[in-house]
Amino acid sequence: MWTAILTISAIALIAGVALSFAARKLPYNEGDLVERVNELLPQTQCAQCGFPGCRPYAAAVVDGTAAINLCPPGGEDTLRRLAELLGREAIPLAKTTAPAVAIIDESLCIGCTHCRNACPVDAIVGAHQFMHTIIASECTGCELCVAPCPVDCISMRPLT
Amino acid sequence: MTAPTFDLGTLHGGLRLPANKSSSTKMPILDMPIPSQLVLPITQHVGDPAHPVVGNGERVLKGQLIAESDTSLGAPVHAPTSGKVVAIEPWPVARRYGNNAPCIIIESDGEDRPIERAESAPDFTSLPPEALLSQILHGGIVGLGGAVFPTAQKLMQARTCDLSYLILNGVECEPYISCDDMLMRERAAEVVSGAEILMHALQIDDCCIVVESDKPEALHALGDVLGELHDDRIVLKQVPTIYPSGGEDQLVQLVTNREVPSGGLPSDAGCLVQNVGTAAAIHDWVIDHEPLISRITTISGDGVASPMNVRARIGTTVADAINFVGGYTDRAEQLIIGGLMTGKSVTTDRVPLVKASNCVLVLSEAPSPGPELPCIQCGECATVCPVQLLPQQLFWYACADDEKKLRAYGLTDCIECGCCDLVCPSHIPLTSDFRMAKGRIRELADEKARAARARKRFEARNDRLEREQTTRDAELALQKQSAKQAGPAAIAEILKRKRQRSENE
Repeated sequence: MWTAILTISAIALIAGVALSFAARKLPYNEGDLVERVNELLPQTQCAQCGFPGCRPYAAAVVDGTAAINLCPPGGEDTLRRLAELLGREAIPLAKTTAPAVAIIDESLCIGCTHCRNACPVDAIVGAHQFMHTIIASECTGCELCVAPCPVDCISMRPLT
Repeated sequence: MTAPTFDLGTLHGGLRLPANKSSSTKMPILDMPIPSQLVLPITQHVGDPAHPVVGNGERVLKGQLIAESDTSLGAPVHAPTSGKVVAIEPWPVARRYGNNAPCIIIESDGEDRPIERAESAPDFTSLPPEALLSQILHGGIVGLGGAVFPTAQKLMQARTCDLSYLILNGVECEPYISCDDMLMRERAAEVVSGAEILMHALQIDDCCIVVESDKPEALHALGDVLGELHDDRIVLKQVPTIYPSGGEDQLVQLVTNREVPSGGLPSDAGCLVQNVGTAAAIHDWVIDHEPLISRITTISGDGVASPMNVRARIGTTVADAINFVGGYTDRAEQLIIGGLMTGKSVTTDRVPLVKASNCVLVLSEAPSPGPELPCIQCGECATVCPVQLLPQQLFWYACADDEKKLRAYGLTDCIECGCCDLVCPSHIPLTSDFRMAKGRIRELADEKARAARARKRFEARNDRLEREQTTRDAELALQKQSAKQAGPAAIAEILKRKRQRSENE
């Protein structure tokens, strides 16, 4: 009987040492988790979370430096999925927005290219001193083009 | 006459429903006079949307092209009669999503003057299959069983597969609808001729015309035509009257005992299914050069004075059609376009009859099925499901909005036949729940695709900005270096020149 007890204890000891070694020394692959969180985000790159794009926010969420309720375009659904993936509590959203696309009043546009440079997904077409327009199908509704416009000719049109 | 054969596969589940067809089959098909105004939705098919090719105020002739798609994934629309385009505007239509659709509105001039066709086309048997397919494409022909998939596209897709059977679907299994039954009774020769054209287009030699056992007159009429024709490539098959054996995949299973794989098409099981009405429409176009501008529609239910089948021009409004059959009765409460089980309830009779409209039902108010109760896991729904799904499980996951499980349990294979609703002892509206869950799955997939695209564009932009920055940095470094190489003397020289110039000015 003693042999059995000793053998089992020895196996448990070895396994324990090996596991604690692995947990401390082997690199923990956080990249994968960041990638998975990034997958869940709506990729509007709107920076409304306070981070310059979806991936930096994903990294901050994984780090624990950012809360999971900071993504307004993702809404309740994204919040719920993030909570499920990360095992955190689904706290209420900090801010909500309705889905929308930007639209340029082309009669007012002076062709300054400021909005074009601000668009994170290159959804604005136009050249210097020529009228600009927005490719509605590619617009993520991030509103980043609204503020830079010197003549206030960009407005957000809600998507039904 | 040729007698029908009975060698059949087996179909899971299904129901025997009260047919309610006899009231509309007493009279022959009546040709409806052309109404003064026709409303033609620009897109009447599943696939790429079409766009109008006529302008407001333009005069059109019967059979003239008025809307077309840019790709072969669409079907053109033709003017059903001669007249003037008075408007192109949104109009209420009967469809699953949304209420209004852009329509071309034609005021008929009463002359019904056809457009002149180029010299008569050659006999179809002398045409290569590809030419025949492109001819079918231009006829605006879509699946008339209700799915309105562009026929030419379906045939082209099927040509790429290893086909063994063409199945003509005369199994009109939904209650009340009898337009295919009447078509087969009165125009059996055209149906068979359409089958021959289809066989030539597909280059196959086996065709089954499948008819349900509750249509003896249609079986007789088709048998007579086939008996005279002596074409042993075409066989007539009789199937038992079970709803929904007329579903495409169900029919393939029933006729050939081959199962269409999940997410697949009948062509994956070596079959191509076409509605008998589509076959007749193909005959009308290829032989008689009349595009799809009219169809047979059943107008039935206890809410209309005399139920019957009418042959109406596409674009006739439901109100006109119901007036033609004697108007509403006092009991008329609800209006359904399509069948009792799969149709769509509409709130106005201003909607037009389109290529998809096989039936207009006007019913008195149905007795309420009773309040919805919790699921008791009896499993009746799984017993009747023709696709062998587990509706009780799907219901659970639909409530929980669990997309992964819904996919895993085959929600996308649900044909929305409504059998599970009918047998549920707890009166749970399963089919509408599933329809909603399907919409949700589609939405999620769209959202994902959009996010992926935005991400790609964002990353491409970041790459570009980085590239531009590197180039700029490199240029700057180069300039600095060349300045350094030239030495301080050269720089002093340049500065001196500049100073002189400004002094001169």
